[in-house]
Formats: sequence, C-alpha cells, structure tokens
Amino acid sequence: MSIDLSTTLGSAWFPAPVFTASGCASSGKELAQFFPLQEIGAVVTKSIMTKARHGRPTPRMAETPSGMLNSIGLQGPGIDAFLANDVPWLLEQKARVIVSIAGETVEEYSSLARKLRAVPGISAIEVNISCPNVENRGLVFACDPDAAHAVIDGVRRTLGGELPIIAKLSPDVTNIVEIAKIVVDAGADALALINTLLGMVINLDTMRPHLGGKTGGLSGPAIRPVAVRAIYQVHAAMPKVPILGMGGVATGRDALELILAGASGVSVGTASFGNPEAPIKVQRELAELLTARGFNSLREAIGFAHRVESQ
Amino acid sequence: MAGINRHAKTMVATLVSNKRVGQYHQLILDVGGVVNDFRPGNFVAVAVGGDRSSMVLRRAFAISRISDRGAYGGTMEIIVAPHGSGSRWFCAQPEGSEIDVIAPLGQPFGIPTHPVNALLVGGGYGSAPLFGLAEILKDRGCTVDMILGASTAGKIYAPLEGKRAVNTLRIFTEDGSMGTAGRVTDPITELLAANRVDVIYSCGPMGMLKAISALTANTDVVHQCAVEESMACGVGICMTCVLPVADEAGVVTMKRSCIDGPVMDGALVQWDLVGQVLPVNE
Ligand SMILES: Cc1cc2nc3c(=O)[nH]c(=O)nc-3n(C[C@H](O)[C@H](O)[C@H](O)COP(=O)(O)O)c2cc1C
Ligand code: FES
Repeated sequence: MSIDLSTTLGSAWFPAPVFTASGCASSGKELAQFFPLQEIGAVVTKSIMTKARHGRPTPRMAETPSGMLNSIGLQGPGIDAFLANDVPWLLEQKARVIVSIAGETVEEYSSLARKLRAVPGISAIEVNISCPNVENRGLVFACDPDAAHAVIDGVRRTLGGELPIIAKLSPDVTNIVEIAKIVVDAGADALALINTLLGMVINLDTMRPHLGGKTGGLSGPAIRPVAVRAIYQVHAAMPKVPILGMGGVATGRDALELILAGASGVSVGTASFGNPEAPIKVQRELAELLTARGFNSLREAIGFAHRVESQ
Repeated sequence: MAGINRHAKTMVATLVSNKRVGQYHQLILDVGGVVNDFRPGNFVAVAVGGDRSSMVLRRAFAISRISDRGAYGGTMEIIVAPHGSGSRWFCAQPEGSEIDVIAPLGQPFGIPTHPVNALLVGGGYGSAPLFGLAEILKDRGCTVDMILGASTAGKIYAPLEGKRAVNTLRIFTEDGSMGTAGRVTDPITELLAANRVDVIYSCGPMGMLKAISALTANTDVVHQCAVEESMACGVGICMTCVLPVADEAGVVTMKRSCIDGPVMDGALVQWDLVGQVLPVNE
C-alpha cells in the first residue's frame, strides 16, 4: 500500500514531501520529542543572519481568527553559532536540512551563502527575501524586482551550481508571477510560496497597535486561500519550476490542496504551534488521501488541478 | 540542549471535575501515570475551541497540584480565570469532556536539598501552583510562609486544604476587602529585614515579580519567579514568549519563557528591558 511520497526541489531529493516552515520549528531540537525528525522531508531552519540578533520587542504575537500575527524580527544566534551547534545536531539525527538565510543587504546574503557552501550535508538553501518583520519595510527584497534579482543572483554566483536555491516570496505584491520569473532568471531552482502577509491588530485596552513592532506577519489557515492562489498562478506560468508550498496547512487535506495547485512539497508552520506533531500528522493524512484518490505517487498529484481533459 | 520538552506528552485527558471557586474555575484532568513526571512550576498547553476552532493556538496554564491517588491513576489541577475566549471555552466544558493537552512543559521551581525558610508569594490566581509547591517544601522540612495579594477579595485564590501545607498565610488586598489593605511588598520588606527568608518563590503579574526582584537585589535571598509572557506554542519553536535575561557572565539575551522558564532567577531577568528593543552586543 505504501505510496511513493518522494519529491525533488531542484537537484535535492527528499523521501517525503512535508517540511517544517522556517521560523516555526526553531532549529529542530524542540520538536524531536514529538516525532522523529528524519521521517519528514526536511527541517527548514529559522532564517539565519550573519550576526546574532535579539529581534523585536514583545508582545510579539496576537491570535487572529483562524490565524495569528507575529513580529519576531529574526531573533537568532548568527550564522557561526548556528553552523557550529544546530546543523551538526540535525545531521546527527539523520534529518535532512534546508537552511533559511536572511540579510539586510545583497552582500549579506552572498556572504551567508559563502559560509554555507563549505558545509557538508545541507540539502538546499531557502533564501528568505520576504520577511515582513524588519524595521524598514523597504528591506523586503521580494517586493522589489531589481532587489529580488540582485539577491538571488549574488547567492547563485557565490554558491556555484551545487546547492539548490529556494527563493521565498511574499504574497504582498501586485504580481507574484512577475517576481517569481525574475528570481528564476536570476538562478533560483525552486520557489517557496508564501511568506506571511503584513497585518496589524489594535489593542482596545491600550487603544494602540498590540504588537511591540506594531505590524506583524499573518499566518495560519486564514491565509491558505492566498497561498493556493499564489501557487496556482506561479505553477501555471512556470510548470517546470518546483514550488515548496506553505500557508495555513494544518491537515493532509490542506497539503493536498497546495499540491494539486502545483506544490512539489509542503511546509507546515503555524499548525505546529497548536500541535507539535502537525508535520508528521499532515504527512500521514496526505499519504492516505493520495491513495484514496488512486494516485500511485505524490508526483502524479503535483499541479493536477491544472490538467486539461483530453476528451 | 537536547532533551528540551523531554517529559512532554501529547494526550487527550478527561475533565473529571469543573468547579467554580470565586472568580476562578478549578479544573481537574485525568492524565494517568505521566503525572509522576510533573513538578511544581510546570505548565500545560491546552487546545481550545474544539475540532473546528478558529483559535489556532494553545493556552498555557500553570499546573497547580497533582495527585497520583484516588479513583483515577493520576490527575492534575489547574486554576483558570475565564477572561479570554480560550479560557472561557475551557471553563465552559462539562465534566467528562475530552481535552487535548500537552504536559508537563517548562522548567519547574528548584527544590532545596536541605531545609530552608521559604517565602511563597502569589498574586491573584498566580497563587495556585504555590500550594502544590508548599506541600513538597513542607515534606522537605522547610518553613513555609505564604503571602497572597490581589486587587480585591474575589481575586484571591486560597483553597482551605492548601492552607494546611503552610506555616503562616497572610492576605493583602489593595481595596482592603480581605486580609490587610496594601500590597505584598510591604510584608516582604519586613521579613527580609528580619533575616527570616532564604528563598522566595513567586508567581503572579510581572509587576509584582519585578517589585520582589528589586527587594531581593543585593541580598543573598534567592528569588525564583514564574514569569507570564504570552505564548504561541509553549514548546520553544515560535520565539514569541521571550524575556531579556542575563547569563552568569552578564550577557543579556532573549530567553524563551516556555522552555528556559517559566521559572527564572529573578535576579537575572532584566525587568527594565522587558518590552524594549535590546541593544546589540557585538
Ligand atoms: C512565528 C513565525 C516565525 C516565522 N519566521 C520565519 C522566518 O524566520 N523565515 C521565513 O522565511 N519565514 C518565517 N515565517 C513564515 C513561515 O515560514 C510561513 O511562510 C508562514 O507562516 C505561512 O505558513 P503557515 O500558515 O503554515 O504558518 C514565520 C512564521 C511565523 C508564524
Ligand atoms: S511559546 Fe513558542 S517559543 Fe515559547
């Protein structure tokens, strides 16, 4: 009965199609108590920057209907400590690892890529050019075609041809297909769709923005239709470019929806906060649903919503 | 660092009792044998709203007491103030309901290895986990004094049976409706001056914890406080619950109150920096 769930993102092969979402699994250790990390496709680590960062002030979250706002601001230990401690531990667990990177400048992305080039065992690099939680929204590279191109081009040149690059895009743009084409031209092997949408909650007691950082990223089931739409549009325009889909996936049903729209793999983010076993649960349910629909492999289902009926 | 969440279990627990106590609900859940891994200061993360809930995040509650005897294999008690949509849903569940929980989570209170003079300070329903702690300290031969405070009588949580575990209990309300009118900091100052305290255990609003930390600064008194920060996940993966905390070398970083806490050393928490952007340390 066991269905072939394997998938690829560029040259990287994964035995299973469900991943953690960047920033929603910390560095993986915290989830190891809840399921064996090697059973999912890969652990996507929180976006790492060059230097250690404290992130934005608290409060950093607000629950919203079927979702939440967060304003973490890329708190993390910096690339050197991360490579010394977190990556070796994940590899020891036999987990596959996708490292997410974020920078404040085009050069910072390239220098992060340079450090990762030398690290054995990493499956791919996710380049987060779409984090909304930076002080200056002008820094959202994924909202600016030239900046998006420059970042991915720099990372590609630094990495050479080996490690696959997954460019993570923001849905907060007028035309996501345009940005997707630009980053693929610049050398991205795959796309991660979608990052959070920028939002705000006002606290009625203080009558001010609730989050310390004022604005935050909206995630969870509330944004799933936006993710499905973005994946569908991009897959229609570039059917050969693999997509790592994410946005509100909490069940196997949700994962299948993103896959039918065109995703080759699915990341589970906010759902892990409600249930730390969510990634493995989603993967199990997905396998059952694919089998029940008569698919012999995950691959057959990718983009199936786009099929043209022959008769 | 491996071993984070090491005792945590995801489970469906039966709500065996749901009673109103003043402004709070006392909820008792059957969790079976795993209760033996629970320590005072641990918390539980509860899924709220049922299967089709639009509330996607769990709610964290301090575990106030446990029992490994009686009709059930093991039960835990939590005291809940129904003030938000999640806690209201929880308090409205009838006995017999199946509740999705993860427990035990977080760092518990440290228990001294030899008898000491312990002062337990609770604000509002923050007093709940202190009664279970008091029983354990008493068993270890400690002197246990307890001070509870709240704005008004209805917000004091002090169950009758809990009072047996303490040597003294004093209650303070800001409006004078129960016990002495005033704040918990006044009697703490006196006890500290009289050298009557080795360790303070505290649980309650952040302002109270901060005030106690100010009183114990530059003394030998250890202050173990259970902090309250809003948590999205409770298991260390979201980074929403952070507080500025110094390490032994004085370097301040943002620590997660769910896995590095909720019990923290009050002397290391940088209370003035809570809610601020930390300066970058190069
Ligand atoms: C608390 C939190 C932190 C996040 N941190 C990152 C991050 O560091 N890098 C990144 O690329 N995306 C980050 N994201 C976005 C998620 O990876 C994901 O794209 C988004 O939340 C949508 O998926 P979801 O609805 O399953 O959470 C974060 C999301 C949340 C909720
Ligand atoms: S509540 Fe998620 S890291 Fe603490």
